[in-house]
Amino acid sequence: MFEWRYWSRWRGPVLILLLSVPPLRTWMESALVTHALVQIPLLILAGAWLNVWVSTSWRSALAGFNSNGIPGLLLTLEVFSFWMIPRSLDAALNETAMELAKFISLPLLAGLPLALSVPHLSVLARGFVLINLVSMFAVTGWLYISSPARLCNNYLLFEQLALGKAMLILAGGLLLALALHLFLPLKRIRENQGESG
Amino acid sequence: MRLLIALLAVLSFGLATFWMGTDGLRAFTAESARRLAVKQRPQPIPNVLLEDQWGQHFPLQQLRGKLVLAEFIYTRCQSICLALGNSFQQIQRRLRAVQPKEPVLLLSISFDPADQGADLAALARRFQQTGDDWLFARVVNPDQLPALLDVFGIVVVPKPDGEFDHNAAIHLIDTQGRLSAILDYETPEAVMELLDV
Repeated sequence: MFEWRYWSRWRGPVLILLLSVPPLRTWMESALVTHALVQIPLLILAGAWLNVWVSTSWRSALAGFNSNGIPGLLLTLEVFSFWMIPRSLDAALNETAMELAKFISLPLLAGLPLALSVPHLSVLARGFVLINLVSMFAVTGWLYISSPARLCNNYLLFEQLALGKAMLILAGGLLLALALHLFLPLKRIRENQGESG
Repeated sequence: MRLLIALLAVLSFGLATFWMGTDGLRAFTAESARRLAVKQRPQPIPNVLLEDQWGQHFPLQQLRGKLVLAEFIYTRCQSICLALGNSFQQIQRRLRAVQPKEPVLLLSISFDPADQGADLAALARRFQQTGDDWLFARVVNPDQLPALLDVFGIVVVPKPDGEFDHNAAIHLIDTQGRLSAILDYETPEAVMELLDV
């Protein structure tokens, strides 16, 4: 009947399709915050979901080049940062070729490598990446807030302020989650309770 | 070994795309990209029909032979446009004091189709302009506006309150009627330096 494991392989392509149709796409791109912090991350997520389509032979071939997950992760970060540049956000709205590039590069060159690399990452690498994400969001958020000139021609000044603030909140939230994970080893507490109880 | 190759490949890919996407790390915003392109190659300007504050109609290319400093405004503007006007006033004072060899014309063009000759005349009075070295003009045929704004790299976004949000700059049109430089309006000294006055 309705086998989730069978149908779930389509969530990647379906999400990309949904994000690309004009009503939803135009609505998301109409505000800077949703363009940068909803559409782009969702495209990355959809790309990550596409990893179920990678055959085992391809997977092992890629793993040969990506044994510690760093190359793949670096690619993800590079592509994500590229689309965070104000000029890129403007270009996606002004040029069809760039919009297409965004819809192809984010799922395939950011989302997919991310999903394929995370299993290979050591705990140290994972922590390092998350800390760097925190600082990246903090710095980019501060840049968007503090710039007196409009950075994107397609968006009003208050929108880049909103994006900056949202990024700072994201950085803060991520840092908090990391700290909680570090200082509150809930898993270990639960295990201990299980043993003694 | 394969890991190293993958790492180097990803790093070069990232560097290459960032380099291309920012014109050699020089332009992170669409605005700065615009200015760089114009500096490297002067752009021809569409020959739109303008109407000045005295109701006289003339094609833009009629100004050929003079150096023209152009800015884009709208008469209802309360913020940027006043600052633009102030910059022009400063430049005008300097030009009158120095008397440059080549005549320089100041041109404020309204991109608001609702602005009529009377509005332009009122604005001219506000800046105490009675001479013909500073023209306040409107584009007679609104259909020609998009092409004109596109060449000058001006993006106009209507705001919910009826005002407009737009990027602003001082544009230099050379004696052959081509857009040859775009400068910050906040630093009229840079304009005077460019004109060598």
